[in-house]
Amino acid sequence: MAWATPNSMREGLAAGDLSAEGLVQAGLARIQRLDGRLEAVLSTDAPRSLEQARIADARLAGGERGPVLGLPVVLKDNLHWKGTPCTSGSRILAGYRAPYDATVVARLLQAGAVPLAKANMDEFAMGSSGEFSAFGPARNPWDTARVPGGSSSGSAVSVAAGYAPFALGSDTGGSVRLPASFCNLTALRPTYGVLSRYGVTAMASSLDQVGPIARTAEDVAALLGVMAGADPLDATSVDLPRQEALWPLRAATLKGLRVGLPREYFGEGLEAGVREAIEGALQRFKDAGAELVEVDLPHTRYAIDAYYLVCTSEVSSNLSRFDGLRYGLSERVEGQTLAELMALTRNAGFGAEAKRRILLGTFCLSKGHYDAFYLKALKVRTLIRQDFLKAFEQVDVLATPVSPTVAFPLGAKLDDPLAMHLADVYAVGAPLAGLPALAFPAGFSAGLPVGMQLMGPALSDVRLLELVQAFQERTDYHLRTPEL
Amino acid sequence: MEVTREDVLRCAELARLQLTEAEIPALQRDMSRILDHAQSLLELDLEGVEPTLHGLDLPLPRREDEARATFTQAEALAQAPEAAQGHFVVPKVL
Repeated sequence: MAWATPNSMREGLAAGDLSAEGLVQAGLARIQRLDGRLEAVLSTDAPRSLEQARIADARLAGGERGPVLGLPVVLKDNLHWKGTPCTSGSRILAGYRAPYDATVVARLLQAGAVPLAKANMDEFAMGSSGEFSAFGPARNPWDTARVPGGSSSGSAVSVAAGYAPFALGSDTGGSVRLPASFCNLTALRPTYGVLSRYGVTAMASSLDQVGPIARTAEDVAALLGVMAGADPLDATSVDLPRQEALWPLRAATLKGLRVGLPREYFGEGLEAGVREAIEGALQRFKDAGAELVEVDLPHTRYAIDAYYLVCTSEVSSNLSRFDGLRYGLSERVEGQTLAELMALTRNAGFGAEAKRRILLGTFCLSKGHYDAFYLKALKVRTLIRQDFLKAFEQVDVLATPVSPTVAFPLGAKLDDPLAMHLADVYAVGAPLAGLPALAFPAGFSAGLPVGMQLMGPALSDVRLLELVQAFQERTDYHLRTPEL
Repeated sequence: MEVTREDVLRCAELARLQLTEAEIPALQRDMSRILDHAQSLLELDLEGVEPTLHGLDLPLPRREDEARATFTQAEALAQAPEAAQGHFVVPKVL
């Protein structure tokens, strides 16, 4: 059952051979069996999950069918599911329970999906490995001595280890694509605005997006289709063109497709095994009639710096809400002032990376540094965006590795924040430019998964999924599973 | 870019973080290294370039200004570390 596809689950549910309740029980049993080793899950709420499953079973019994009806989904722990813990991987929110549903969660529930667990993550989604979780790192099912990638570490591991066929993560600078790449999964960072952020704990608001994670483009499309669309509760949300084409998803033709290969994404620092796998995957596109065209994104080398300046500045602002007064951790000492209460609580509640980013952001936004750092980064963001717009005058999509390396060993970059940031070098372009990027399995290097991403113009999300569906009809990388 | 100990402490005060003495050197070093790396942006001629503030350039939608149900007082206070008489309790500020 662990490796059953959503399609076979739907068939089983429709035929009455399976029940949503049974799928929840199987998922919880698998978590029970494997998660001591993988640490992908921060909390489960069996009664609540089973209640949702029974509702789904009743709908199925009434003849209703749907892309996610009765199917389990794991939620990153920065997504609010009413009544359940929502820590964002931070001690400062230990004990906090979601007082309402995020819009994406509400829409999943409405479509009959069954939340199975809340997933481990880097604290407040800050990190590329999962190791900045306050509750310990999740592990890569392909090699438990390695990181699964972050920040949506637990969400990816949950799918890769067969806890559930679906998961939701969030992607600010690569946080669904990197773990998808390290764990042999397909994950979409949608165009900025396609998924509502209402009820998603904010990290960097001009970059944050919710991202669906599954094994295949078809399954990512199933999730996206029931969640996308403008939300009155999020003023930055937009409608997705051709949303109705997400289910059932049909492969697009690759014949005549112009695939741009940005030279800057294939240069120094790209691991040989990753390059080889990506070149193999590109050959499959070519074999199917696509045309490969080299293009330039000349400001790529500035992207990491621009990203981290923008991101940390927004972090310092967003994380100011955690004050020890209204919810979450509160370090109260007799006779302390209000400022002391806040400062003591925040220092006790935030981990190393959160503090580093808050302080960097505070520095970048402070008097005398605003023009030198923050404003400059915003202008570089414009140049990066223009690079992409120019490239899309020549090509339909861009294809690149997701990461310059395969999954790295636990601890390898933990004490070197700059090295950790550089793992995001290919991932931050799309968020800075607001573009959709779809990561998918593209091969293996020494037994570890290699991920490729397609980036397209704004709101081309459906098309990217249709193209990767075509790729997945011709390859079997996405069908391979780790031995557990 | 040299970030001084005073810079770290000033930012920590602004950000309401009561750092322990042991945390300060590593933060100072990491901030310096990350900002050093960011000096690459100085190479660029940004004259006349407009800043990009948002992920997607679309007009902000508007909605009617209608009253609707939201949290009750009890719900809002339910997770308060300390509450009394319908309020959040904080240390004396005056």
